[in-house]
Amino acid sequence: MAITMANTIITITGTPIIMLDDFLVRAGLAGLGVVLAAGPLGCFVVWRRMAYFGDATAHAAILGVALSLGFGAPVYLGTLGVAIAMGWLVAHLAGRGEAVDTALGVLAHGALAVGLVAASFVPGLRNDLNAWLFGDILLVRPADLAWVWGGALLVLGLLIWRWQAMVTATVNEELAMAAGINPARERLILTLAMAIIVAVAIRIVGALLVSALLVIPAAAARGLARSPEHMAVIATLIGAVSVGLGLAASLYADTPAGPSIIAAASVIFLCALPLRRGLA
Amino acid sequence: MRAEITDPTPLIEARDLTVRLRGADQPILTDVDFTIRPGEIVTVVGPNGSGKSTLVRAVLGHVAAESGRVIRRKGLRIGYVPQRVHVDDRIPMSVRRFLSLPRRVSDADAASALARTGVDGLQDRQITRLSGGQFQRVLLARALLHRPELLVLDEPTQGLDQPGIVAFYRLIEEIRRETGAAVLMVSHDLLVVMRASDHVICLNGHVCCHGTPQAVSAAPEYQALFGADSAQTLALYRHQHDHDHDGHHHGEHDHHHHGDAHHHA
Repeated sequence: MAITMANTIITITGTPIIMLDDFLVRAGLAGLGVVLAAGPLGCFVVWRRMAYFGDATAHAAILGVALSLGFGAPVYLGTLGVAIAMGWLVAHLAGRGEAVDTALGVLAHGALAVGLVAASFVPGLRNDLNAWLFGDILLVRPADLAWVWGGALLVLGLLIWRWQAMVTATVNEELAMAAGINPARERLILTLAMAIIVAVAIRIVGALLVSALLVIPAAAARGLARSPEHMAVIATLIGAVSVGLGLAASLYADTPAGPSIIAAASVIFLCALPLRRGLA
Repeated sequence: MRAEITDPTPLIEARDLTVRLRGADQPILTDVDFTIRPGEIVTVVGPNGSGKSTLVRAVLGHVAAESGRVIRRKGLRIGYVPQRVHVDDRIPMSVRRFLSLPRRVSDADAASALARTGVDGLQDRQITRLSGGQFQRVLLARALLHRPELLVLDEPTQGLDQPGIVAFYRLIEEIRRETGAAVLMVSHDLLVVMRASDHVICLNGHVCCHGTPQAVSAAPEYQALFGADSAQTLALYRHQHDHDHDGHHHGEHDHHHHGDAHHHA
């Protein structure tokens, strides 16, 4: 496990400076990469009430991991594929006006359960399951860093490219349509962005906490922000600080890194509550 | 002088328009014909479920015609105020930022649009903190930003009180006079809206009757839908309004209900 490894290295090298050269730097960079995209994307999750949607997509990713490892396919691609499929399914149901809340509940937990059952058939995954469920940011390899940053920059690019259209469609779909924007297409792009973030963040905070990384910094930023852009930037900063605090806690107090990051974000959310500015 | 005399090309022309909503057995609109000419205020009245909003959506091109067609003049610029815009409190959005969705506008253009609708100075206010009347005027200002030739307003006065409604329609008339934009309005406020219109379309799945407000209010089809009383009341309103129009319309408008919407923070 990552935690014991951290302790071992501290003991062996005796100096944290050496550590900064390897896994901790990689962990920090991976975390920052994810929050760079998760900050703005999380704002849409909050604005459009997509938290459950994020859960369904992330939980399905466990099934993607099991399938990839079972069939010897690259894990990132397998996870991404299953996350996209789940995102498409949920968006399709929502578009048809089904009882979305119930459908999401079934899909989110059904996907997790099926994924866990599938994982039990994959030799080796049984013991590793915790790392996929809760993340293992301290075990991030250089190749992971490339995936994380590639995915995060892609999502950030998509969001910046579509920003005006997406914000308009989020505020009011009729106004967006009158301006020549296709709200269904913007939803599809958000679904895709969500699947990408899930696929790259599952190594960092795990399938169970991905949507927390999206929702909590954005929710904490809401009371401090005056515009959508302002909120996206504050959410990203809160995410970055949470990554720093979570890694520090993991390093000095030997806590699990992924949950520590989310716990730090939750504490920031609570601290931000009394700071909510009286909106003019 | 009326614009339609100098420019007879219609902005919108609907021919035998039939629209069926997805999954519905019956069409919501059947064989609807109407024309909107430059500078004209056209009002659509009708009971709930009569297809008024669908007609607006067809004009905007948001719903497809099952048969017939809607012809928009080439390059027509439309400013749109939708029905019931609810902006959620979770998205922080100032009035100024809202005006730049989706096309960014300069501060000067934003200020002049807000001034035109009587809500200048509210730029930094969060839109969820506006009163119903203020928000309607901000929506109208947004619709005016890109020099529309046609303003489309779907029940723009929902949730306003009676003085607010009267003031809002007076504002619409002023804007038409100044900009020459045509206006297509859907409304429940029969009396007030009809006196502000050049042309009224009475809708109930099909066009029951249409024409000048006087002609429509006298039509048996209209009276069958809304009752004969409404026509008599309208005549009274009409008379007062004409009188008002001849005399001191301009001086009066500064004192209207929404004069207090000005805030200079």
